[in-house]
Amino acid sequence: MIARAPLAAFVLALTLDAGFTVAPARAERLIVSVSNHRVTVTPNYSGEELVLFGSVEKDASTPATRTSYDLVVTVSGPRADMVTRRKERVFGIWINTDSRQFLEVPTYLALFSNRPFDAIASPEVGRRQQLGLNNVLLTQRVGTDYADVVPNDPFRSAFVRLRTEHGLYREETSAVTFLTPTLFRTGIPLPGEVPIGTYDVEIKLFSDGALVTRTETAFEIVKVGFEQFVANAARHNGFVYGLVTAAMALMTGWMASIVFRKD
Amino acid sequence: MQLYLPIADIPVNVFLILAMGAAVGFVSGMFGIGGGFLMTPLLIFVGIAPAVAVASVASHIAASSFSGALSYWRRRAIDPALALVLLCGGTVGTALGVWTFTLLRSLGQLDLMIALSYVILLTAVGVLMFWEGLRAIMRTRRGVAPLARRSGSHGWIHGLPLKMRFKRSKIYLSVIPVVVVGLVIGFIGAVMGIGGGFILIPIMIYLLRVPTSTVIGTSMVLTLVTMVIATMLHAVTNHLVDAVLALILMVGGVTGAQFGARAGQKIRGEQLRLLLGLLILAVGLRFAVELVIRPDELFTIRETGGGA
Repeated sequence: MIARAPLAAFVLALTLDAGFTVAPARAERLIVSVSNHRVTVTPNYSGEELVLFGSVEKDASTPATRTSYDLVVTVSGPRADMVTRRKERVFGIWINTDSRQFLEVPTYLALFSNRPFDAIASPEVGRRQQLGLNNVLLTQRVGTDYADVVPNDPFRSAFVRLRTEHGLYREETSAVTFLTPTLFRTGIPLPGEVPIGTYDVEIKLFSDGALVTRTETAFEIVKVGFEQFVANAARHNGFVYGLVTAAMALMTGWMASIVFRKD
Repeated sequence: MQLYLPIADIPVNVFLILAMGAAVGFVSGMFGIGGGFLMTPLLIFVGIAPAVAVASVASHIAASSFSGALSYWRRRAIDPALALVLLCGGTVGTALGVWTFTLLRSLGQLDLMIALSYVILLTAVGVLMFWEGLRAIMRTRRGVAPLARRSGSHGWIHGLPLKMRFKRSKIYLSVIPVVVVGLVIGFIGAVMGIGGGFILIPIMIYLLRVPTSTVIGTSMVLTLVTMVIATMLHAVTNHLVDAVLALILMVGGVTGAQFGARAGQKIRGEQLRLLLGLLILAVGLRFAVELVIRPDELFTIRETGGGA
């Protein structure tokens, strides 16, 4: 109950974000590419690192004074509903009591930039552009409302911390490197337990603390071959899958009793 | 060697899982139990979701109990009639268990229930077995002959109606307690991801007075059938059986079980019970400690599906 108090006070009107999108001055253009648009999960898959390359294209209307840029890359994986539960001591044992539901939050979320977010833009711009894990919108169901809460809300911070521990949420403010003043690259590390699905990559270009332009790209992570076959069978043909698994168990048991037969 | 598990959705080390299967198989072969109560916690410890672990271990136990049951069948150490009556309760119990499992999963209390039932069941059975084994050893130390089967001492169980003669076990017993035992074991097995052999065997020996010659073989038949049903039901309702994981466990398990069985024959019966009692107690206490001590991490995240 204590946790709900700051929540009520800081409920953000979600429309605010949509309404305030800065109309980008179309002076620069971002051209980006991911090293692999289709990551395949095979039996020996244990994580992978993609590389995002890009360049800032200037044209005649680019102000001559604009020399240095900042970049923020946001990679968000397929969205899902998740529950964060908190254990409390009840009758001497620790059990799940309070819980909070996060709706349609990214299962994978990575934010990369070339320097700390507070150096790139003001806190207000940071909030609006969702720079950093503290500013990313993670919608929770609060009673009948849907809202995000303050970054230091215990459930929200625990959620971000746990996802970070598994390498599924990450924030690196020195991951984007400018090879030349306009050419940049960043690595996108994908851990072994990465969720299957489509990943959106959003690249935002800042200059002097203001958003200049943005672009989007995407890649997908798919199970192929045997992995896909097994996963599909389990989901869509549960009965046959069960039968095959049970038959496999019996076969293994039978073979063992033949192989190790003593008489 | 890393291998990506298609249902658990994580990469695991094949040799680690194989070794776990073999180690648990060794223990199960030694004591004539399925070993699910060791396997499920180990898998959870390695990072596999509890629900996937419970569902996949069911098929692993089916494999090891089938290889066991076959060798007991060849030695004519299975009582088919008794097994059949046990199964009447067992199938119903398993279905109820899988249903409860699904319900608890949706309520978010599955982990707690699994942990709590492990604590209660394992510590109770462990203490009883340890105590019984200790007393038996003390008796033989003092030179008193181990207690023979007291044919005259009929408990209330033997006063129940619907009596039936189980020829191979040479007992004359009401079917009611047998069906109830099957029901309970089937239920516990499906919810906790264990075969239930370590509970079933003592119950059959002390409560139903089944002779030791047929008790392990017959209990294996019940374990086999309930676990095959549990595998099927988990596959159909929860889609959580990881066949790849199960196969690795099976191969390790059945191999380990053979060596365990040989080791078990070298140890005396009461010492075996003492050891098994200690092992069960240790696992139970580990779960108890986990519940009582303040966990390092108070928060857990679970995906609840949905998503665009």
